[in-house]
Amino acid sequence: MPAALQEPTASRFQPKPGELPVVFEDVSIAFDRNEVLKHISFQVKHGETRLLLGPAGSGKSVLLKLANGLIRPDSGRIFVFGHEITAMEEKEIFELRSAVGMVFQEGALFDSMNIRDNVGFQLMEHHVPADEVDQRVEEALKFVELDKTMEKFPSQLSGGMRRRVAIARAIIAKPSLLLYDSPTGGLDPITSTNIIALIMKQRDVYHTSSILITHRLQDAFMLATHYFDKEKNTMIALPEGEADRDTSFMLLHEGKLVFDGSTHDLVHSDDPFLKEYLS
Amino acid sequence: MFPVRYRRVGIAVCRYNSPMPFATLDGFAKKSVRSVQDYATLSGQAITNLFRRPRYVNDIFTQADIIGVGSIPIVILTGFFTGAVLALQSSSSLATFGATALTGTLVSLSMIKELGPVLTSLMISGRNASGMASELGSMVVTEQIDAMRALGTDPMKKLVVPRMVATVVMNFFLTIISDTVGTLGGAFVAVYLLGQSGSQYFHTAYQSLQYPDVLQGLVKPIFFGFIIASVGCYFGMSTRGGTQGVGRSTTQAVVVASVLIIVIDFIISRFMIGIFGR
Repeated sequence: MPAALQEPTASRFQPKPGELPVVFEDVSIAFDRNEVLKHISFQVKHGETRLLLGPAGSGKSVLLKLANGLIRPDSGRIFVFGHEITAMEEKEIFELRSAVGMVFQEGALFDSMNIRDNVGFQLMEHHVPADEVDQRVEEALKFVELDKTMEKFPSQLSGGMRRRVAIARAIIAKPSLLLYDSPTGGLDPITSTNIIALIMKQRDVYHTSSILITHRLQDAFMLATHYFDKEKNTMIALPEGEADRDTSFMLLHEGKLVFDGSTHDLVHSDDPFLKEYLS
Repeated sequence: MFPVRYRRVGIAVCRYNSPMPFATLDGFAKKSVRSVQDYATLSGQAITNLFRRPRYVNDIFTQADIIGVGSIPIVILTGFFTGAVLALQSSSSLATFGATALTGTLVSLSMIKELGPVLTSLMISGRNASGMASELGSMVVTEQIDAMRALGTDPMKKLVVPRMVATVVMNFFLTIISDTVGTLGGAFVAVYLLGQSGSQYFHTAYQSLQYPDVLQGLVKPIFFGFIIASVGCYFGMSTRGGTQGVGRSTTQAVVVASVLIIVIDFIISRFMIGIFGR
């Protein structure tokens, strides 16, 4: 990513140095008395990518929204860069979110704005001069290889292009934490692979901490078993039997975290549910 | 909540178990109270956010253009024909008492005190409360509101406050347009269809008006504008259940805003008549 995108956006709220990007402590939440997440505890370390797997309806998207303070848990505590967001007011969380980028399931682009305004939204909200917005939007769109779409509207783009624009919007303010909610959901295999390459690039080139939800096991294992070569601008497979050390797995089932560990632990687990899920 | 053992026994048994209707009533009452509470919270937040930064002045102008300028044709048409039909109907009744000279008085007082504010607000409600509910509702169901929050922007300040300010201001001026056009509509009928004197019509229309009448006619659109925007935004922001939910929110917004306008109109009228005696 160009140097201009590496400068953090001005904010009164800054991540506390040395604090973990995300810590969940015994978090539970229910909707209409239906307990969606039960006593969830885990951590995300600096530069780490946590791949969150689980059947549909297991509470993955809820967990991601909790991590960004978009909803509040019924019990438990959530820390983001050392700040307990479960005890913060909404306006304080707004400041914290300048350090967090989020990619929504369907992109969630603003359909009344063109791509330039969508990607540059956060910068415009911080009153960055228009010339600088243009420059940084172009750089972010180049990163996702969509620099010719500035003046188009989301409805004029394909599903895969919209997800890539959503990634550009999430990374433009150089967040220290990225939350991806099924970025490849509903896309064809080729487009999915392109998006996984972008996520890998963000992980291996900029070492951004992230949580990624996916239903596609092949995408998860591609992230775990490949690295991004900046020189060749492509994904390269790690040697047989090796996995990326900064990438680990979590598995949700019926609102409970049934697995939290490395790629090696996951594939060698004797747990019947894990075996069935992975088969 | 209703005990599980009762829920599993089927409709026939439930009919003979008193807890079911009470549980339904209980749920309905709770839902209604929570809706009022949520509406009050949204309205309160919108008012307090008026005095907080950031202020989205450009968004206020954009909304004023959509809500105000875009509504001018329907307000002119409604106002003109309301004034016209008022003159037509009242002149036949006034003729019974030999008081057709009072047509101007009746039209101007009716338009400025009641029909101008109420009919304009009902038209704006039909056009804009539905528009706000559907626009914001679509943003909710497609996660655009969550995306906005995730990008560090408060949707209350960015989306709700500009709509509220624009609606209150523009409804005020649209009502003045409606009052003016309505009086002219009445004049058109009085002069060209009923053969009355134009100068007499305008003279009586002007002479009969007193400051409390004008004040009443100008206070109402401010309250009505607030109702239109707050109800439209409330139903939009609380939309659940996909595109079907958007449709439901849109309908509810128009119905609730229209009913509230008429109820609040009665309350304001009673209050101002109590103060000014007319």
